[in-house]
Amino acid sequence: MASRVLWASRAASYLRISTFNRAFSTVLKDLKYNDTHEWVKVDGDSATVGITDHAQDHLGDVVYVELPEVGSTVAQGANFGAVESVKATSDIISPVSGEIVEVNDELSNSPGLVNASPYENGWIIKVKLNDAAELDSLMDSDKYTKFCEEEDAKH
Amino acid sequence: MRGGGLLLSVTRRLSRHFATDSAPLKKTPLYDFHVANGGKMVPFAGWSMPIQYADSIMDSTVNCRANGGLFDVAHMCGLSLYGRDSVPFLETLVIADLAGLKPGTGSLTVFTNENGGAIDDSVVTKVKDDHIYLVVNAGCRDKDLAHIGAHLESFKKKGGDVSWHIHDERALLALQGPLAAPTLQFLTKDDLSTMYFGEFKMLDINGFACYLTRTGYTGEDGFEISVPAENAVDLAKAILEKSEGKVRLTGLGARDSLRLEAGLCLYGNDMEQHITPVEAGLSWAIGKRRKAEGGFLGAQVILKQLEEGPKIRRVGFFSQGPPARSHSEIADASGEKIGEVTSGGFSPCLKKNIAMGYVKSGLHKPGTEAKILVRGKPYDAVVTKMPFVPTKYYKPPK
Repeated sequence: MASRVLWASRAASYLRISTFNRAFSTVLKDLKYNDTHEWVKVDGDSATVGITDHAQDHLGDVVYVELPEVGSTVAQGANFGAVESVKATSDIISPVSGEIVEVNDELSNSPGLVNASPYENGWIIKVKLNDAAELDSLMDSDKYTKFCEEEDAKH
Repeated sequence: MRGGGLLLSVTRRLSRHFATDSAPLKKTPLYDFHVANGGKMVPFAGWSMPIQYADSIMDSTVNCRANGGLFDVAHMCGLSLYGRDSVPFLETLVIADLAGLKPGTGSLTVFTNENGGAIDDSVVTKVKDDHIYLVVNAGCRDKDLAHIGAHLESFKKKGGDVSWHIHDERALLALQGPLAAPTLQFLTKDDLSTMYFGEFKMLDINGFACYLTRTGYTGEDGFEISVPAENAVDLAKAILEKSEGKVRLTGLGARDSLRLEAGLCLYGNDMEQHITPVEAGLSWAIGKRRKAEGGFLGAQVILKQLEEGPKIRRVGFFSQGPPARSHSEIADASGEKIGEVTSGGFSPCLKKNIAMGYVKSGLHKPGTEAKILVRGKPYDAVVTKMPFVPTKYYKPPK
């Protein structure tokens, strides 16, 4: 827990963005989020996708990541892989549509990167975007932070 | 992430067989204590139980084997049978040789139905010839009590001397791991070093009148402690304090990992109404005299399986790829279905996938190669002896 907060502060100062540090999860300001706890970082027509700090915290220690094939397509709202923790399997739902141009092979050897660095070294796929307009239907960091609070309050 | 909600996918896995929808969840005497200690409460078998605390399931499991874990198992149902005919009565319902048990000792047993299938598994102890103490699973409480109660009534009608008492005035705690005995020794005058695996005592612990059994569900040395419900929190606090924090409150998530590593069945997953103790690999629990005489429900089916061999057997697996989960198909090298996984996950102590399942007899020998299908894809697997992690039961020196 302490190491994650420390990482978040270091990442924050490096990226020169504000992070909202609650006891258990970090939300980065320049990313977009869907309601199944995936994030997307856009750079022109290319996007990087992963799961959020909130997601990895709830999952617990990730022991296996099922990665899709490079060259396959993803659709917004559809699952493209899975993350396994000690006790449970969770589908990964893509926040965007497009062609997968790269997958994070590091996760085969070090699935724990998803826990240690969900927004950086724990990235999962890189996608060539089909339709940038899809991003409008995603949440920004403030909306996502509020969404997480509301969801946690229900439990 | 979709798995029915993140936390829900975890609880669904554990509670699939035991979900009760409408009634409010029951709370053990330690409920507030769990919440105050960071317990993440989830529904299990109609109770609100801690699945984990601040530490991860992985850390919690490893800590139990390295130091110790304290588990609230007060949701389980403890009961006593009293009377001159307690032993012959219970022997009609379970496979154990209760008459042959030394007073103050107990064993794992199985309640069978008319087809030889398992109604529940239980740790049963002969306290004395006219007192039997047993603990059954929380998820089977209603079913078991109805079953035992019905047979008790007919037994009494025929003149049998037996009565029962359900210990709802008591709470059960489990203390497991290498520090279990040293920690508990601080709290009792009785010498625990001469109390061996399977033995039972009534004694004072921390000034409370407890029933103590040297048993558990983790493969480690440890105890199950039945304490008056009003003293449960104080006992839990005393245990944690005496261990100077090395023994940690441990939840159901770690409990499941621990028992899987120890190769122990979870009723509802690895044993069900249609599975016999022979198929489940529990023939050792059928007393020798019982194998000769029968006299328990379903004996004809079970005795036949002992003679001819069962058609399916429970085995352990190591596998590649994602962890195998309950209901994953097991296939042979050519892709033909040979069985099904009944429990599986990632072993926190071995850092690899472990699973338990049933395969056709003949394909059950350790070293047999197979494939386990996860999300439609086959992954290499190999039959392995259980326990996966060596057990540390406290047995007398040879």
